[in-house]
Amino acid sequence: MTSLRTVGRAGFARGVIELRQSFTTAQDLWAYLFPAVAFVVTIFFMRDHELAGTGVSLGARTLPSVLGMGLAFAGVQTIAAQLAVEREDGTLLRAKATPDGMSGYLVGKIVLVGGMSLISILLQLVPSLFLVDGVRLDAVGWLTLIWLVPLGLAATLPLGAVVGSLVDNPRNVGFITLPLFGLVAISGIFYPITAIPGWLQAVAQGFPVYWLGLGMRSAFLPDSLTVVELGHSWRLGETAGVLGLWAVAGLALAPAVLRRMARRESGSAVARRRERALQRVT
Amino acid sequence: MNASTGVLDVRDLRMRYGSVDVLRGVTFAARRGEVVVLLGPNGAGKTTTIEILEGFRVRSAGEVSVLGADPAQAGEAWRARLGVVLQSWRDHGKWRVRELLQHLGSYYAAYATPLVRRPWPVDDLVAAVGLTGQAQRRVAQLSGGQRRRLDVAIGIVGRPELLFLDEPTVGFDPAARREFHDLVHRLSDVDETTILLTTHDLDEAEKLADRILILAGGRIIADGSADQLSRRVAAESEIRWSRDGSRYVHAAADATTFVRELFEQHGAAITDLEVRRSSLEDTYMTLVRESEAGRASAAAAAFEGAL
Repeated sequence: MTSLRTVGRAGFARGVIELRQSFTTAQDLWAYLFPAVAFVVTIFFMRDHELAGTGVSLGARTLPSVLGMGLAFAGVQTIAAQLAVEREDGTLLRAKATPDGMSGYLVGKIVLVGGMSLISILLQLVPSLFLVDGVRLDAVGWLTLIWLVPLGLAATLPLGAVVGSLVDNPRNVGFITLPLFGLVAISGIFYPITAIPGWLQAVAQGFPVYWLGLGMRSAFLPDSLTVVELGHSWRLGETAGVLGLWAVAGLALAPAVLRRMARRESGSAVARRRERALQRVT
Repeated sequence: MNASTGVLDVRDLRMRYGSVDVLRGVTFAARRGEVVVLLGPNGAGKTTTIEILEGFRVRSAGEVSVLGADPAQAGEAWRARLGVVLQSWRDHGKWRVRELLQHLGSYYAAYATPLVRRPWPVDDLVAAVGLTGQAQRRVAQLSGGQRRRLDVAIGIVGRPELLFLDEPTVGFDPAARREFHDLVHRLSDVDETTILLTTHDLDEAEKLADRILILAGGRIIADGSADQLSRRVAAESEIRWSRDGSRYVHAAADATTFVRELFEQHGAAITDLEVRRSSLEDTYMTLVRESEAGRASAAAAAFEGAL
């Protein structure tokens, strides 16, 4: 099908253009740099705390965990916020008025969020490597990253798309950040999950954040560090299983929700949101 | 699609939101290359009509055929033959003008035919809407009128056979408006694009339309060229003249007879004669007022009937 190739190419081009734009927009640059700076500062203060008898610093353990968290945030929050904003400003309606525009739009968003995630990871990873010892990436680690990062995005992007479709007002996207932070607190990102009560551990293991952190740790840290993990193992099989389940559920649900949202887009719907937004400003 | 099929065929279109009837049986058609203007007061159902035809809204009842297909079920190949000029706001603000047109145009390449080459070459298009000087500018930095011209460019980037324009010239200065009118004429004359546009600017309707549809109270209350509409309403013409240094004004239903009698009576003493037939604006006002009065009296009749 020629049109399928066109859509793939147009969508990819769209993602690349928007990614390039993100480097020349102050707001986007801030979104890249702020977490990176905050993160490096955190790692800096954690570098001397040794993790209970392992000889590895807390900072070294936190580094890959936060990269996993960043992936979950990029997948859920970035795409939700983009969808909500671009629905309000009419970008989505434009896509709808273009043949195959909606498919191209989604391909573009996946390329954009994937690219932004990689850049964020590099911005956080590279400076931190100079601050902490014990973090390394061997061949097995690379292999893990190659399946973990795409699977992580596949588990979280559809979820973000569903949230973005259901939220009608871009201002309300902030509300999904709160539960995300809650999840981060119980998912063993900044401190081993073994330190929290069992029932909270169970809750955390139902969501992708924990598994993304765990998977990242397995890629970057020596196996000796499994002593502070549940089951004293990296549990890669379970990681793939849980993330895979989220991906399947999300991919099954997202197209229907997106279609329902897209069906409701029209000039007057955009005009109504514009009225509301203008009232907000004044 | 055979040649006898109209580009646009709407029969007894109805739209109801909850218990409110917005469209109550709209019927009209458009031929290839025709410029049809949908004119009407706010809330008359213009946008609802156009959104149903664009496939953005599902109708309650009636038959609609747009380029030979039902917009509620038509696919992407159908959409590629359609141009939609949306009322814009601030979408794609970070994009550069040329870059955006190039990108949106790329979706149409798969739908090019030997007869219709798609998309419109981007530099020609930028020049056609007069944005060559702004081609590398970010969309967010354009003025209101420039932004609107970009919207028009986006609407025609796929060389549409049918173009929908919803209030296209809002925010245009007179020069931009003139250029826009030239572009519309070019599209309909040279490229045989069928154009349906909504406006509440009568002057614009008169300049652009091959045919004007007046929509009021969810119905088409008049359908014809500006001239036909003016004739249809038997409004009185206004006659002004001077005689012996005095200025006279008189309104008459039959201006020709009145003027003949005037000359028979006063002959060469009549100077500065002017006869003005009611303008489109007078016609429009009369039609809308009649329609509203008609609805009021119908409502009153229904009310009396209920007693």
